Amino acid sequence: MSTPKPRIKLDKKEAKKGDIVEVKALVSHVMETGQRKSADGKVIPRKILNKFTCTVNGKEVFAADFEPAISANPYIQFKFKAMESGPVVLTWIDDDGSKVVGQDSIKVL
Amino acid sequence: MTMTMTRRQALFVGAAAIGAAALGQSAAPAFAANNLDEIATKFTGGATPIEGKVKLDLPEIAENGNTVPLTVSVESPMTDADYVKEVILLADGNPNAGVATFHFSPASGVAEANTRIRLAGTQNIVAIAKTNDGKFYTAKKQVKVTIGGCGG
Repeated sequence: MSTPKPRIKLDKKEAKKGDIVEVKALVSHVMETGQRKSADGKVIPRKILNKFTCTVNGKEVFAADFEPAISANPYIQFKFKAMESGPVVLTWIDDDGSKVVGQDSIKVL
Repeated sequence: MTMTMTRRQALFVGAAAIGAAALGQSAAPAFAANNLDEIATKFTGGATPIEGKVKLDLPEIAENGNTVPLTVSVESPMTDADYVKEVILLADGNPNAGVATFHFSPASGVAEANTRIRLAGTQNIVAIAKTNDGKFYTAKKQVKVTIGGCGG
Protein backbone atom coordinates (compact mmCIF):
# COMPACT_ATOMS: atom_id res chain seq x y z
CA MET A 1 0.00 0.00 0.00
CA SER A 2 1.40 3.34 -0.98
CA THR A 3 1.78 6.03 1.59
CA PRO A 4 -1.52 7.87 1.80
CA LYS A 5 -1.43 11.54 0.99
CA PRO A 6 -3.55 13.61 3.33
CA ARG A 7 -5.87 16.31 2.08
CA ILE A 8 -5.66 19.44 4.19
CA LYS A 9 -7.73 22.59 4.03
CA LEU A 10 -7.39 25.74 6.10
CA ASP A 11 -10.36 28.11 6.03
CA LYS A 12 -7.97 31.04 5.60
CA LYS A 13 -4.42 31.49 4.36
CA GLU A 14 -3.91 34.79 6.14
CA ALA A 15 -5.19 35.74 9.54
CA LYS A 16 -4.95 38.56 12.03
CA LYS A 17 -3.20 37.74 15.25
CA GLY A 18 -5.66 36.01 17.55
CA ASP A 19 -8.03 34.93 14.77
CA ILE A 20 -9.38 31.41 14.88
CA VAL A 21 -8.35 29.26 11.92
CA GLU A 22 -10.25 26.09 11.06
CA VAL A 23 -8.41 23.06 9.74
CA LYS A 24 -10.02 20.14 7.92
CA ALA A 25 -8.01 17.07 7.05
CA LEU A 26 -8.71 13.69 5.50
CA VAL A 27 -6.37 10.72 5.00
CA SER A 28 -6.97 7.54 3.04
CA HIS A 29 -6.51 4.72 5.50
CA VAL A 30 -8.35 1.43 6.04
CA MET A 31 -8.45 1.86 9.86
CA GLU A 32 -8.71 -1.90 10.29
CA THR A 33 -10.44 -2.50 13.63
CA GLY A 34 -8.92 -5.84 14.60
CA GLN A 35 -12.49 -7.11 15.09
CA ARG A 36 -13.08 -8.41 11.60
CA LYS A 37 -12.36 -11.92 10.38
CA SER A 38 -11.18 -12.89 6.94
CA ALA A 39 -12.92 -15.57 4.86
CA ASP A 40 -10.77 -18.30 6.43
CA GLY A 41 -11.83 -17.29 9.93
CA LYS A 42 -8.64 -15.59 10.99
CA VAL A 43 -8.84 -12.27 12.77
CA ILE A 44 -7.54 -9.47 10.55
CA PRO A 45 -4.95 -7.70 12.71
CA ARG A 46 -5.65 -4.17 13.85
CA LYS A 47 -4.05 -1.43 11.77
CA ILE A 48 -5.15 2.10 12.48
CA LEU A 49 -3.73 5.58 12.68
CA ASN A 50 -3.68 5.89 16.46
CA LYS A 51 -2.29 9.35 17.02
CA PHE A 52 -2.69 12.71 15.38
CA THR A 53 -0.89 15.97 16.10
CA CYS A 54 -0.94 19.40 14.56
CA THR A 55 1.81 21.94 15.07
CA VAL A 56 1.89 25.53 13.90
CA ASN A 57 5.37 26.95 13.58
CA GLY A 58 6.61 24.04 15.68
CA LYS A 59 4.12 24.48 18.54
CA GLU A 60 1.47 21.88 19.17
CA VAL A 61 -2.03 23.34 18.87
CA PHE A 62 -4.13 20.18 18.78
CA ALA A 63 -3.66 16.45 19.18
CA ALA A 64 -5.88 13.39 19.22
CA ASP A 65 -5.68 9.72 20.11
CA PHE A 66 -7.76 7.51 17.86
CA GLU A 67 -9.32 4.14 18.67
CA PRO A 68 -10.64 1.59 16.15
CA ALA A 69 -14.05 3.29 16.43
CA ILE A 70 -12.81 6.04 14.13
CA SER A 71 -14.13 5.54 10.60
CA ALA A 72 -12.01 4.45 7.67
CA ASN A 73 -10.36 7.36 5.86
CA PRO A 74 -10.28 9.35 9.09
CA TYR A 75 -11.51 12.90 8.96
CA ILE A 76 -10.58 15.48 11.53
CA GLN A 77 -11.64 19.07 11.89
CA PHE A 78 -10.38 21.42 14.58
CA LYS A 79 -9.38 25.01 15.18
CA PHE A 80 -6.36 26.94 16.34
CA LYS A 81 -5.57 30.49 17.31
CA ALA A 82 -3.32 32.25 14.81
CA MET A 83 -0.40 33.71 16.74
CA GLU A 84 2.54 33.56 14.35
CA SER A 85 3.20 32.76 10.72
CA GLY A 86 4.68 29.43 9.86
CA PRO A 87 4.12 25.92 8.60
CA VAL A 88 1.05 24.01 9.74
CA VAL A 89 2.21 20.40 10.01
CA LEU A 90 -0.23 17.53 10.49
CA THR A 91 1.14 14.13 11.51
CA TRP A 92 -0.66 10.82 11.84
CA ILE A 93 1.09 7.82 13.41
CA ASP A 94 0.21 4.32 12.25
CA ASP A 95 0.10 1.23 14.49
CA ASP A 96 3.14 -0.04 12.57
CA GLY A 97 5.09 3.08 13.53
CA SER A 98 5.02 4.70 10.11
CA LYS A 99 3.98 8.32 9.77
CA VAL A 100 1.70 10.20 7.44
CA VAL A 101 2.65 13.86 7.23
CA GLY A 102 0.90 16.72 5.52
CA GLN A 103 1.70 20.38 5.48
CA ASP A 104 0.14 23.76 4.82
CA SER A 105 1.02 27.22 6.07
CA ILE A 106 -0.52 30.22 7.77
CA LYS A 107 0.45 33.86 7.45
CA VAL A 108 -0.28 36.06 10.43
CA LEU A 109 -0.63 39.70 9.40
CA MET B 1 -18.05 -4.28 4.46
CA THR B 2 -16.19 -3.48 7.61
CA MET B 3 -16.90 -4.85 11.06
CA THR B 4 -18.35 -8.16 9.92
CA MET B 5 -18.55 -9.49 13.44
CA THR B 6 -20.17 -6.43 14.88
CA ARG B 7 -22.60 -6.25 12.01
CA ARG B 8 -24.12 -9.43 13.31
CA GLN B 9 -24.41 -7.83 16.71
CA ALA B 10 -25.80 -4.69 15.15
CA LEU B 11 -28.50 -6.70 13.45
CA PHE B 12 -29.26 -8.38 16.72
CA VAL B 13 -29.57 -5.05 18.48
CA GLY B 14 -31.67 -3.71 15.67
CA ALA B 15 -34.01 -6.67 15.90
CA ALA B 16 -34.21 -6.31 19.65
CA ALA B 17 -34.91 -2.60 19.30
CA ILE B 18 -37.74 -3.28 16.88
CA GLY B 19 -39.15 -5.86 19.25
CA ALA B 20 -38.99 -3.43 22.12
CA ALA B 21 -40.53 -0.66 20.06
CA ALA B 22 -43.35 -2.95 18.99
CA LEU B 23 -44.12 -3.60 22.64
CA GLY B 24 -44.22 0.13 23.25
CA GLN B 25 -41.05 0.09 25.30
CA SER B 26 -38.08 2.30 24.82
CA ALA B 27 -35.61 1.09 22.21
CA ALA B 28 -32.66 1.10 24.56
CA PRO B 29 -29.50 -0.71 23.48
CA ALA B 30 -29.69 -4.41 24.19
CA PHE B 31 -26.01 -4.57 25.02
CA ALA B 32 -24.58 -5.21 28.39
CA ALA B 33 -22.28 -2.37 29.33
CA ASN B 34 -18.83 -2.64 27.78
CA ASN B 35 -15.67 -1.19 29.30
CA LEU B 36 -17.06 2.37 29.26
CA ASP B 37 -17.19 2.79 33.05
CA GLU B 38 -13.68 1.47 33.40
CA ILE B 39 -12.24 3.93 30.89
CA ALA B 40 -14.31 6.82 32.23
CA THR B 41 -13.15 6.16 35.80
CA LYS B 42 -9.56 5.96 34.66
CA PHE B 43 -9.93 9.27 32.85
CA THR B 44 -11.58 11.13 35.74
CA GLY B 45 -9.62 9.40 38.49
CA GLY B 46 -12.90 8.56 40.18
CA ALA B 47 -14.32 12.09 40.16
CA THR B 48 -17.95 12.46 39.10
CA PRO B 49 -18.18 14.73 36.04
CA ILE B 50 -20.68 17.58 36.11
CA GLU B 51 -23.35 17.67 33.41
CA GLY B 52 -23.01 20.70 31.16
CA LYS B 53 -20.57 22.90 29.28
CA VAL B 54 -19.95 20.05 26.85
CA LYS B 55 -21.97 19.95 23.63
CA LEU B 56 -22.19 16.78 21.59
CA ASP B 57 -23.50 17.12 18.09
CA LEU B 58 -24.47 13.86 16.41
CA PRO B 59 -27.35 12.85 14.18
CA GLU B 60 -30.29 11.40 16.09
CA ILE B 61 -30.60 8.67 13.50
CA ALA B 62 -27.56 7.43 11.63
CA GLU B 63 -28.29 5.42 8.52
CA ASN B 64 -24.74 4.16 8.18
CA GLY B 65 -23.02 3.10 11.37
CA ASN B 66 -19.69 2.99 9.56
CA THR B 67 -19.32 6.72 9.42
CA VAL B 68 -21.27 8.90 11.81
CA PRO B 69 -20.28 12.57 11.97
CA LEU B 70 -19.58 13.82 15.46
CA THR B 71 -18.79 17.30 16.75
CA VAL B 72 -17.84 17.96 20.32
CA SER B 73 -17.37 21.43 21.76
CA VAL B 74 -16.74 22.65 25.27
CA GLU B 75 -17.56 26.09 26.64
CA SER B 76 -14.32 27.60 27.83
CA PRO B 77 -12.42 30.89 27.53
CA MET B 78 -9.34 28.83 26.51
CA THR B 79 -6.93 31.19 28.23
CA ASP B 80 -3.73 30.19 30.01
CA ALA B 81 -5.62 30.39 33.31
CA ASP B 82 -8.71 28.50 32.27
CA TYR B 83 -8.80 26.02 29.41
CA VAL B 84 -9.97 22.55 28.42
CA LYS B 85 -7.13 20.09 28.37
CA GLU B 86 -8.67 16.88 27.14
CA VAL B 87 -11.95 15.54 25.87
CA ILE B 88 -12.56 11.81 25.79
CA LEU B 89 -15.29 10.26 23.64
CA LEU B 90 -16.84 6.93 24.59
CA ALA B 91 -19.53 4.72 23.09
CA ASP B 92 -21.42 2.23 25.27
CA GLY B 93 -22.46 -0.19 22.54
CA ASN B 94 -19.24 -0.79 20.61
CA PRO B 95 -16.96 -3.77 21.31
CA ASN B 96 -14.59 -1.28 22.94
CA ALA B 97 -15.91 1.89 24.52
CA GLY B 98 -12.97 4.07 23.48
CA VAL B 99 -13.53 6.27 20.44
CA ALA B 100 -11.03 9.12 20.63
CA THR B 101 -9.32 11.55 22.95
CA PHE B 102 -8.77 15.15 21.88
CA HIS B 103 -5.99 17.22 23.41
CA PHE B 104 -6.43 20.98 23.52
CA SER B 105 -4.37 23.86 24.80
CA PRO B 106 -4.79 27.65 24.94
CA ALA B 107 -3.18 27.63 21.46
CA SER B 108 -6.26 25.78 20.20
CA GLY B 109 -8.33 28.93 20.75
CA VAL B 110 -11.56 26.93 20.82
CA ALA B 111 -12.21 23.52 22.36
CA GLU B 112 -14.01 22.04 19.40
CA ALA B 113 -13.33 19.14 17.07
CA ASN B 114 -15.18 17.08 14.52
CA THR B 115 -14.55 13.57 13.26
CA ARG B 116 -16.42 10.56 11.91
CA ILE B 117 -16.94 7.47 14.01
CA ARG B 118 -18.09 3.88 13.78
CA LEU B 119 -21.10 2.72 15.74
CA ALA B 120 -21.98 -0.98 15.97
CA GLY B 121 -25.62 -0.23 16.76
CA THR B 122 -27.98 2.11 18.58
CA GLN B 123 -26.16 3.38 21.63
CA ASN B 124 -25.12 6.30 23.80
CA ILE B 125 -22.13 8.49 23.09
CA VAL B 126 -20.50 10.06 26.12
CA ALA B 127 -18.04 12.96 26.11
CA ILE B 128 -16.06 13.89 29.21
CA ALA B 129 -13.99 17.08 29.26
CA LYS B 130 -11.13 17.74 31.63
CA THR B 131 -10.11 21.32 32.41
CA ASN B 132 -6.64 22.52 33.36
CA ASP B 133 -7.75 22.88 37.00
CA GLY B 134 -8.93 19.28 37.16
CA LYS B 135 -12.67 19.73 36.76
CA PHE B 136 -14.73 17.31 34.69
CA TYR B 137 -17.78 18.05 32.57
CA THR B 138 -19.85 15.60 30.60
CA ALA B 139 -22.56 15.22 27.98
CA LYS B 140 -24.35 12.20 26.59
CA LYS B 141 -26.34 11.58 23.45
CA GLN B 142 -28.13 8.59 22.03
CA VAL B 143 -27.73 7.75 18.36
CA LYS B 144 -30.12 5.34 16.66
CA VAL B 145 -28.32 3.35 14.02
CA THR B 146 -30.60 2.15 11.23
CA ILE B 147 -30.48 -1.55 10.46
CA GLY B 148 -28.88 -2.40 7.16
CA GLY B 149 -26.87 0.79 7.20
CA CYS B 150 -23.83 -1.38 7.68
CA GLY B 151 -24.34 -3.00 4.28
CA GLY B 152 -26.60 -5.81 5.57
